[in-house]
Amino acid sequence: MHRFANPTRFMRLSGALLPWLGAFSVLLLAGGTVLALVVAPPDYQQGESVRIMFVHVPSAWMALFIYALMALASAAALIWRHPLAELAAQEAAPLGAGFTLICLISGSLWGKPMWGTWWVWDARLTSVLVLFFLYLGYLALVHAFDDPTRGARAGAILALVGVVNIPIIKFSVDWWNTLHQPASVFRLGGPTIVLSMLLPLLVMAVAFTALFFTLWLVRIRTAILARRIRALRLAESDEPGRFREAARPAQ
Amino acid sequence: MIIGEAPASPLRSFGLVVRRDLRLALRQGGDAAMVVAFFVLAVILFPFGVGPAPELLARIGSGIVWVTALLAALLSLDRLFLADYEDGSLEAIALAPLSLEFTILAKALAHWLVTGLPLALVAPILGLILGIDPAGYGALVAAMALGTPSLSLIGTVGAALTLGARRGGVLLSLLILPLYIPVLILGAGAVEAAISGLGERPYLLVLAALAMAALPLAPLASAAAVRQALE
Repeated sequence: MHRFANPTRFMRLSGALLPWLGAFSVLLLAGGTVLALVVAPPDYQQGESVRIMFVHVPSAWMALFIYALMALASAAALIWRHPLAELAAQEAAPLGAGFTLICLISGSLWGKPMWGTWWVWDARLTSVLVLFFLYLGYLALVHAFDDPTRGARAGAILALVGVVNIPIIKFSVDWWNTLHQPASVFRLGGPTIVLSMLLPLLVMAVAFTALFFTLWLVRIRTAILARRIRALRLAESDEPGRFREAARPAQ
Repeated sequence: MIIGEAPASPLRSFGLVVRRDLRLALRQGGDAAMVVAFFVLAVILFPFGVGPAPELLARIGSGIVWVTALLAALLSLDRLFLADYEDGSLEAIALAPLSLEFTILAKALAHWLVTGLPLALVAPILGLILGIDPAGYGALVAAMALGTPSLSLIGTVGAALTLGARRGGVLLSLLILPLYIPVLILGAGAVEAAISGLGERPYLLVLAALAMAALPLAPLASAAAVRQALE
């Protein structure tokens, strides 16, 4: 991890990796969409509306995964003062909030035909809604300070405080009587979902993950460049005209 | 502590911090009274809002009392560290021999004595106003007595994180309310269980467990937040 602590090396490595990762995400998303909408069979009970699962479940997995990543990055930032870890945690948060929102909305759209209601206050839905507010609170806190470093450190502590919600979400369907379906993939005893549906689901999950990593790398690179611009602006205001020599094209 | 005196034992320093915070809170004239007044006022708004039908109020009464208690507890939180932060005494406190975690624990205790405890004592009276079944009053007081320490402790984390932030008060509520939800669910559940005869003991035990978990963990998180606010 400390090999990537140098922002310049990170920029070089991520710049080389990014086109491949992006192409990989696009291919997987396209392939996964075809598999989900065309190849996967309709459910024996739910018919065609089961296809929402191929968006709803991967986005839910991403919402949890991203928060766990944020917590790990925050821990790295606080324990080892890793310079890029804070940035990584901050830049992952909007993506996590986005996936949580997709999960909640797609879940509502699925719930209306299946359960007859847009929303129900069971343990799984409530804890995911709490996760959404934890993401929003994190974003509000990080941007509430004039000094970006202060905001990043405060956010790191908040991310670690909120990580207790992740196991609650995962096990909520086991610990409480919920309307939401119990675990069908990640459970002891193996998945209870048929292979012809499990495969498109896993393809979409990998596609969403690749998409997340692509967007995350782009965001971190943008943040590093923004930090550089800010430093340059500060130096410029210190001594106006300082960079004019460098900016003039070589004669 | 006066320079030159023998260093006080941690327990004595702890007591000193609690007494200092209590004295400051009481000197500011009725911090506790204002919190209780808000509590009563907010509860009284509900019959105006949902209509005075007794069965309705009795049904939702325990929820109303708990939610307004939560909001009342939030009110005095941002002042927990702010006054000391602004005049520089927080830095001195952080450098004192008593560890910052213990100091924060002492502040949380003082906060609870001034907000949580009065709320717990006034709650049955509000239960009377809303017409909650008297079988639930004991559980209400017990649940609030067990739940409000967690509220104070979790609140110190939020207060420390938002030190010096823009619009800190509202931000504090946004950060803390999701973390308060378990206490709310268990507390309201305890009263409902007592009324329906199912027994409130499991709820009270889990509330106590939450308080026990918050006791070491919240000061750890708040101390880290205070240290990074002082950097």
